[in-house]
Amino acid sequence: MNDSPGNMVDLLVIGAGPAGVAAALGAKESGLTVLLVDENPDAGGQVYRALPAGFARSPGASVSKEARLGDQLRESLKRAGIECCFGHKVWNVGSSLRVDLVGPQGVSTWQPRALLVATGTTERVVPFTGWTTPGVIGLAAATLLLKSQNILPGRRTVVAGAGPLLLAVANAILKAGGEVAALVDLASRSEWLRTLPSLVGRPDLMWDGMSWQARLRWAGVPIYYRHGVRSVTQLDSGGLGVRVGQVDGVGLPLQGAEFDIEADTLTIGHGLVPGTDVSRLLRARHRYVPQQGGWVAEADEGGRTSVPGLYVAGDGAGIAGAAAAGLQGKLVALSCALDLGFVKEEQIKSERTALRQQWRKSARFGKAMAGLMALRGGAVAGIEPGTIVCRCEDVTRAEIDAAAREGARDMNQLKAWTRCGMGPCQGRTCGDVAGALLAQHVGPREDVGYFTGRAPLRPISLAEVAGDYTYADIPIPKAAPL
Amino acid sequence: MGCSTALHLAQGGMRVALIDRGPLCREASGVNAGTLTMHMTRAALIPYAMRAWQMWMDAEKWLGMGVLATHVPGLTLAFTEAECELVELRAKARREYGAPIEVISPQRAREIEPGVHSGLMKAGYCEIDGFASAYLTGRAFHHALLGANVTVLENAPVQAIDTGDAGHRIQFTVAGQRQTMAARRVVLAGGVWIENMLAWLGVSIPIKVLINQLIVTERIRPVMRSVLSVANGLLSLKQFANGTVLIGGGWQGDGDRERGGREARPENLIGNMRLAAYAVPALAEARIARIWLGLEAETADAMPIIGDVPGIPDAFVVGSAHSGYTSGPFMGRIIAQHILGQTPDLPLFDPARLVGLPIPSV
Repeated sequence: MNDSPGNMVDLLVIGAGPAGVAAALGAKESGLTVLLVDENPDAGGQVYRALPAGFARSPGASVSKEARLGDQLRESLKRAGIECCFGHKVWNVGSSLRVDLVGPQGVSTWQPRALLVATGTTERVVPFTGWTTPGVIGLAAATLLLKSQNILPGRRTVVAGAGPLLLAVANAILKAGGEVAALVDLASRSEWLRTLPSLVGRPDLMWDGMSWQARLRWAGVPIYYRHGVRSVTQLDSGGLGVRVGQVDGVGLPLQGAEFDIEADTLTIGHGLVPGTDVSRLLRARHRYVPQQGGWVAEADEGGRTSVPGLYVAGDGAGIAGAAAAGLQGKLVALSCALDLGFVKEEQIKSERTALRQQWRKSARFGKAMAGLMALRGGAVAGIEPGTIVCRCEDVTRAEIDAAAREGARDMNQLKAWTRCGMGPCQGRTCGDVAGALLAQHVGPREDVGYFTGRAPLRPISLAEVAGDYTYADIPIPKAAPL
Repeated sequence: MGCSTALHLAQGGMRVALIDRGPLCREASGVNAGTLTMHMTRAALIPYAMRAWQMWMDAEKWLGMGVLATHVPGLTLAFTEAECELVELRAKARREYGAPIEVISPQRAREIEPGVHSGLMKAGYCEIDGFASAYLTGRAFHHALLGANVTVLENAPVQAIDTGDAGHRIQFTVAGQRQTMAARRVVLAGGVWIENMLAWLGVSIPIKVLINQLIVTERIRPVMRSVLSVANGLLSLKQFANGTVLIGGGWQGDGDRERGGREARPENLIGNMRLAAYAVPALAEARIARIWLGLEAETADAMPIIGDVPGIPDAFVVGSAHSGYTSGPFMGRIIAQHILGQTPDLPLFDPARLVGLPIPSV
């Protein structure tokens, strides 16, 4: 294990997406020593994802705008000579901001003066009957398949849920030669129209949206607004029967006609949840902001949280989109440089003002999209009693309701009483929905709180932590009293 | 212990209110390793632990809801000559108090626990051992207490207790609102916080706070079927029916009485994991799912506090026992018997012996 004090750095950035990369570049420019860590093999995050090692685009292949931006981002990291630990997972962070990593060469430890968490989001799926059936995957997961390796999630796919990923995934499937059986959207057409003002000044996005719509129409894809997936069943043919029905404005299933769509894959997602694992582990203060995805660490415009030295940026700090994330990363780099004494207030004032203006402008669109992706209370209320909510531990809605009726009043009590959130994902998948379910019994969402953050932030094997050793290497403390 | 005391008092005919500053059993009794072992219990507490062991195994009968208490054998492992001596010494001390512990050969130990490391030299063996899923403790007691008509006030931190001729006036807050409750008798059952609680009554008994680290793995194939410890007591290892393996033993993390458990010490995590994966080599393949901290109290003589608060009529205290989870339900029962005017099944531990006694420095 490498825990030599040599591993000191001014700023350690967790997450090499748009926010983390921009922050690393900005901080380096101000003279800070920087380490950038990501569990993926290269920088880019989810939006600007790199091709896997050994993959290359065929000559003459069309290059998407995101792929181009991603290549630029990786190129600028190399040019700036930023020290990067890709393929490394952060498994623990201490209150001194000490960061424990595990990578291909085992564990290592770093001690930064400032720590920036730019870990993006986790996809939310509001559970429905059959959602754990093979062939059902997240919209973000489908994006990942399509983007990194041009793999179709299935031959014939139902695309369902909420938010901008619906259109993006449906289009990418068509573009890659797949069939979209239907697009099922919790939102109404007018909800989408209400987001239009946020596109003013972003003709590129307006154009994307229009061309995506046109392609769907051209392909004859049926679009069902204000509809939700009720259930999925595995058919004898091996395919999936996706039952769809109407919902109201908060996503509550309406009585009336339901119909089945046959497909071999369902990709479904109901928005994104900010990743707060690190800030919860460090006991930073959080607030519940449904329009930004849920619980987010309290932070000022410079990304400073309630824990000294801990900063947040990007969608993990509150969903505002990739463009805004990059600008926020730059802003946070300025606060770090200022707080660590590398620059003086008057040196950064004008740059900061300009960045703030740009950030607010570009966050408008991202926030409008985040609004579409916010958790809909009716969709939660409509979860059937027998449906599994925590898929690590197979905890159903009925079990959560029973614990609440018996007297469980907060998320950690619920966890102890039902094992909801006790599995390997530590509640990243179910926490948001389980919290909403518990709040239906208790009162305000804030009152039920959130699962306490716990190490390891990612599962880590005993062999990895223990390393090579003999019995004599174990520092056994002195015996307990007789 | 507070829950058990309240329940036994209610069953004895008293009107009882239970006040907790948080949810029930969330500081120690609901977050400990759930080990129900004689190997790690203080020798002098063996008679208490053996009675409590039976209560845990019978939890469904007297709580109406179980805590997945499971009866398996327990082994204490020795890998060096020095540890062999320690195993003999500790087994002998516990045998004197009635624990059926014998020292066995490595061959016999491997018949009981095939997963154990081949370097084993000797083992202490006790047929009476096992574990519970401690996280279910709060739910089971909550169920039982409501069934016994105990008033349960959770998230209600007590600010002060005024004691006079008219009895005790308990001042506490619920959702930020100040409330007062009058009581004929009061029992303090706050584990490591008994020091602070006794201070409300002007009594000073220093109590040391241990911040125990706990580690649980993901579900894995069956790799062990007993409760394992090492000679000096600093490992507890068991695999639950769901396949997860809990690694404990009292390796220390950071924290204190004011802030509770704050964070694990990575070097102590590594030490604890090395010891676990040494004892059962198959554990190396397991992945760690979660690490957390639980508080444990230790008095100046490492014995619990169970009895009358010195100098304060109708005030009682129960707790601060090392390995308190194992013996907890029985200790709640005997303080309840004392309060109800009955003869306790086993002697109490008079708090007066500890007044003003400093904690021996470590």
